[in-house]
Order: sequence, then structure tokens, then C-alpha cells
Amino acid sequence: MAYMTWFERRVIGRLQVRLGPNRVGIGGLLQPLADALKLFFKEDVRPARADRILFPLAPAISLFAALAAFAVIPFGPTTRIAGVEVPGGIANLQVGLLYLVGISSLGVYGLVLGGWSSGSKYSLIGGLRAAAQVVSYELILGLALVSVALVAGTLSLEGVVGGQANGLPYVILQPVAFLLYLVAAVAETNRAPFDLPEADTELVAGYHTEYGGMRFAMFFIAEYVNVITVSALAATMFFAGWSGPFLPGPHWLFIKMLAFLFLFVWLRATLPRLRYDQLMRLSWSVLLPLALINLLATAVVVAVTR
Amino acid sequence: MPTNYIGIGLFILVGMGFTGATFAAAALIRPSNPNPIKLEPYECGVPGVGDARDRFHIRYYVLAMLYLVFDLEVVFLYPWAVQYDKLGLFGLMEMLVFVAILLIGYFYAWKKGALDWV
Repeated sequence: MAYMTWFERRVIGRLQVRLGPNRVGIGGLLQPLADALKLFFKEDVRPARADRILFPLAPAISLFAALAAFAVIPFGPTTRIAGVEVPGGIANLQVGLLYLVGISSLGVYGLVLGGWSSGSKYSLIGGLRAAAQVVSYELILGLALVSVALVAGTLSLEGVVGGQANGLPYVILQPVAFLLYLVAAVAETNRAPFDLPEADTELVAGYHTEYGGMRFAMFFIAEYVNVITVSALAATMFFAGWSGPFLPGPHWLFIKMLAFLFLFVWLRATLPRLRYDQLMRLSWSVLLPLALINLLATAVVVAVTR
Repeated sequence: MPTNYIGIGLFILVGMGFTGATFAAAALIRPSNPNPIKLEPYECGVPGVGDARDRFHIRYYVLAMLYLVFDLEVVFLYPWAVQYDKLGLFGLMEMLVFVAILLIGYFYAWKKGALDWV
């Protein structure tokens, strides 16, 4: 997870024709450790107007929600060891998809509470923007995933991968849902070009303006964990997850995830930030009807073909 | 299968533990030298004006209500999607009616300008 920051900085560096961090350790590989140590030793300012309880709690909620959501991603098939079923991930829930969507939407509490409790106007605006953006795109995310669940006929992520391992990956059967998911995932994780909640040219740093030291790091880590989770989910739902020839399951999942992580970094290096009204119009007036039409079309096609 | 939830529970505990331990470790080793100026809300070089617990724009509330309606719709769609094979044509028709009712409200909100941000 920490190496996501190293990966991002190196890739962005290359995309901008410079080197990126390369001094600490071989090829800059110790840079994340150095950053973490620095953040540990930083003073943690709690502004006088901040809420005493919610201010430290908000980043913890963000990070906890981000970590807990990762639990249902399957790394490999369920195997039997000494008669006991061992799931290929941390857990294989029947409602895995619903669990993931539910838990990851808890993260918005961290953003909005962090923004409100800081007692700073920039934080408040950033928090509100973050909340509005995340909930708007969560609908798109949910509707895109429902279409896939309709094709798969199950909410268990292992079942979804199993359905693809024996047939086509769902990116071919559900291309519109995949594109919707991709846009919504970038917006959900507040990454460029949808990084409006922390648009530094307008809002200083958005909801984490007043945060420093380890509390800031919590928000930061949560964002990267979320990026990794949505990448893993994209690989699982649309690109058959761990299934693939020759290599064992976790390797395939990792390769597919890495491709998505690279895409995230690439988007950030390439695209300028949207305006806020454009962002909201895109979600409510374009993507939401599109997602509904896609879902209904899927339902009709499934009804006809089965 | 309840055994699956044991894994989830453990993972959640580890997540909480990691968060808590990081906070505790940082609290032990970081310096703390507050002073009144440092504790003021951020402002770019000038004294801040007003309180942050201010009024904000009504459209955030409208958006929250719209979100609630459509998020509930999505939640209802999940079990429908899983059981779609068993429900058959009846399920398809029911969902068309359900979505159509919501779409009427959606277009009403659109016409009323609830989705405009400028």
C-alpha cells in the first residue's frame, strides 16, 4: 500500500519528463518509509475551533472504512485443506458486493466530519463538496455493479469470478457498465480529474486543510487504499479477477490491479480538473440515465437469452 | 455461512487496531508546542473573518434528498438482480414500473432545476 505513493510519484515523474524520487534507497524504494517516519515526528496541530472528539476521529473513520472494504476481494479460488473450506481471500461472503459498496460508503463520514469539525471555512466547503460528489457517483457505481450482478446472478465476488472463468470476462458483456464504473471509481476516490474536494487552487486543501502529521497521513493512506480497492474490484468484476492461465491466482489479480493503478496515475498526469457544476451535471444528467438505460437493456437481454 | 463473518470481523479488528496503534505511536513521539496563533483556522496570511459554522447553499440538501431516493432504489435492485432468473418476466415488469415511477420524480426534479449547479 505504501508503495503506491512511490509508484505514483515515479510514474508521474516519468510522464512529466523528470525522474521522481530516486535518492532514498535503491531507485527511491525507501522513500515511502522516510515519508512515514517524517509524518510520525510531525507536530499534530488541533485548531482551537476544531471539535475535540470528531476532529481526531474523522481520519480514523476514513482509514478504517477503506481498510475494511478490502476484506472481500478474492485472491484465488476456494480450496479445501484437511476438509475445511479455505476461502481464496480474507472472506467469501454471499453478499460480498453489497458489503463492499456499503462499507466503502462509510468513508464519506470521514470526509464530511473532517471537513465540518475542523472549524475552518475551506474545510467545510471541501467536506460538503466531497460528500455531494461521493454520494452522486456512488449511485453510478452501484447501478453499474448491479448490471454486472444481473449477468452474474450472484453478489458473491468469488461467484462473479467463477462465472467469468468459465466464459467471457464481463468487460465484453458489459462494456457500458465498465466505463460507468471506471468514471465513478475515479470520482469516488476523489482522484484527478475529479479531485474537486481537495482542489488546491480553490480550497487550499479541501477537507484536510487543518490536518497535519499522522492525521493527515490517515486521510492520505485512506485515499490510496480506496484506489487499490476500486482497482481490485474493477479487475474482479470486469476482468475475471484471479483467473488466468499459467500463473497462480494472486499474481493475475496483482497484474490486473497494477494496470488499473497505472491508469489512475496516468489520468492524473493527463487530464485537467473539471469545474464543479460540470462534475455534477455529468453525474446526474448524463451518467445516471445512461446507467439506468444500461441496466434495463441488460435486464431485457438477460430475460430474452435465458 | 457464519464462519465467513469471522474473517471479516478479524479483519475489521485488525483495521481498527492498525489505525489506533498508528495514532498512539504518533502521539508518543511527536512534539506539541501549541500557541494561540498556530491554533487559528487556516487563512492565507490575513486574520480570518467570521465563523466556519456558517450557512451553506441549499442545493446540498436537495442533492442529499435526491441521493437518498436513488440510493434506496439501487439497494432494492441488488436482491432483484440476484433473483432475476427466478422472477422471470414478472420481475422485469415489476422493475420497469418501479424505475418508471422514480423516473417521473427524476424528470420533475430536473425540470424544477434541482440538478442545476450554476
